[in-house]
Amino acid sequence: MSRLFRFDALFLYAVLYLLFLYAPVLLLPLFSFNDSIYIAFPLKGFTFEWYRQMAENGPLIQALQNSLKLAVTVSIICTALGLLAAKGLTRPYLPGKRLITGLLLLPLVVPVLILGIGLLVIARQIFEIPLSLFTVGAGHVLLCLPFATLVLTSRLEGFDRSLEEASLDLGESAWRTFWRVTVPLALPGIVASLLLCFTISFDEFVLAFFLAGNEATLPMFIFSQLRFPNKLPGVLALGSLILLFSFVAVALSEWLRRQDVQAK
Amino acid sequence: MGAPGTSPLGPESLRGYLLLAPALVVAFAMLVVPLLALIVLSFWSQDYFTLVKEFTFKNYAAIFALADKPIDFLANPFGIFEKPIYLTLLWRSIKMSLVATLIVVLLAYPMAYFLVFRVKRHKLVWLILITVPFWTSYLLRVFAWKVILGFNGVINSGLISLGLIDKPLEFLLYNPIAVTGTLAHSWAAFAILPIYVSLEKIDRSLLEAATDLGDGRLRRFLRVTLPLSMPGVIAATLLVFIPTVGDYITPTLVGGTEGVMIGNIIQSLFGKANNAPLGAAVSIIAMLAITLLVCLFLKLVGPGRSSAKGARA
Repeated sequence: MSRLFRFDALFLYAVLYLLFLYAPVLLLPLFSFNDSIYIAFPLKGFTFEWYRQMAENGPLIQALQNSLKLAVTVSIICTALGLLAAKGLTRPYLPGKRLITGLLLLPLVVPVLILGIGLLVIARQIFEIPLSLFTVGAGHVLLCLPFATLVLTSRLEGFDRSLEEASLDLGESAWRTFWRVTVPLALPGIVASLLLCFTISFDEFVLAFFLAGNEATLPMFIFSQLRFPNKLPGVLALGSLILLFSFVAVALSEWLRRQDVQAK
Repeated sequence: MGAPGTSPLGPESLRGYLLLAPALVVAFAMLVVPLLALIVLSFWSQDYFTLVKEFTFKNYAAIFALADKPIDFLANPFGIFEKPIYLTLLWRSIKMSLVATLIVVLLAYPMAYFLVFRVKRHKLVWLILITVPFWTSYLLRVFAWKVILGFNGVINSGLISLGLIDKPLEFLLYNPIAVTGTLAHSWAAFAILPIYVSLEKIDRSLLEAATDLGDGRLRRFLRVTLPLSMPGVIAATLLVFIPTVGDYITPTLVGGTEGVMIGNIIQSLFGKANNAPLGAAVSIIAMLAITLLVCLFLKLVGPGRSSAKGARA
């Protein structure tokens, strides 16, 4: 009896908690279809107007393109570097492993704001690099690399080194062994890392705010729109689409990660 | 470690270092070098538009000095007199983050516990359900709270259309509580997942052993489950606390003048106020404070951690 009650209490808590997590997020799609520029109850009527306006918004499309370019490049670079680092970290003998791991994961524990101003200072005052999407990309690589390394290390940790040794013994070169044995085995981790880095870069605002020149990324564009009440419904429409795409991406990456766990 | 016949300079470890080299170069050139640059910059000074590259303690003195005049922030006079403004703000940010972190972790623990011990099937679905809200735009998530709590916002307009109140409640938005609450929402996943992982790792036979040896549910939780999940709780605390101290989107959007955090000040010193050296000094002090608190925290929870390790061994 008491067991049943406990289950119910905890279950109720879990449902309420999910509600708390979702309520603010679900307001975005709700009001993106509301036929009023004011985000307030009662709802007025159903409209696709905001989605139509969004599709015709030049600066928005430009910002979206910038963010996509950025996120794709950053996720590929980080996953490549992360895969090499994970290969290194999972070697059986590596003196100074704790120190190296610490340095690689350091960006996770430094507030992003401080990463941003630090990079701004070296870019502007030391190297005098003009700010552009390249500087933002550099910042994002720094930010995403620890995540890529973590995901790929945990993938490579469980795998059987004798497979690589067998390949080498059978006469494959190190390079071909890497492509034909290591990469296929690490594939679920590689995909998860690509998705994770893409999402982080795509959503990142603080570093972009400090390091971008005239080329706005999508979060910068959204931030600039938040000040104008009449632009809000368009931003909500955009947010709802991002929500939809994120859902697909997260579901996909989780599914892949699970495949990976089951494979072990 | 210490396999026979290998040395730090042997071919085996050298290949490891080579593989790690690109990532280490990134971490070094883009993290260590900028932090060093910030330290150097913090000992220089700004004279209107020129940067004076002479060693000075001026910025640090300004941080610890008492403010003699009201300071404007975002064109609003700031209600702090006779106190060192930067330290006051830093302390306030830390307090707000600590409260938010505490709330996040306390709320997240039962959820993680539920996921591990009660969800038998469709675990993946629950995990996805929890993760999805956090992969939507952080800006829009924070902004959603502004929409909910605002003067003409969802709560106010909802209550008015239901006839429960006549005029909008003004106390909802632009205060430290709004900031803390929003932070507690935005960072929930960062607390749930590490706790989930550490609970999932617990050897179930230890729980059975505790029950067999006569522990009740509560005692078993307090003496076995909780200590064994402490690594997850610690990770969650750090993952939420560290970034939230420096956050400045949340205070900017929902904080108003009462909810200003240290991140806003650092940002304005590098931006409008155009005093990068002072901004660098404030960043360094903020980072030192965070590091100190983290070390203190790890020291405090250290014994709990080692007993958990002992139990596992």
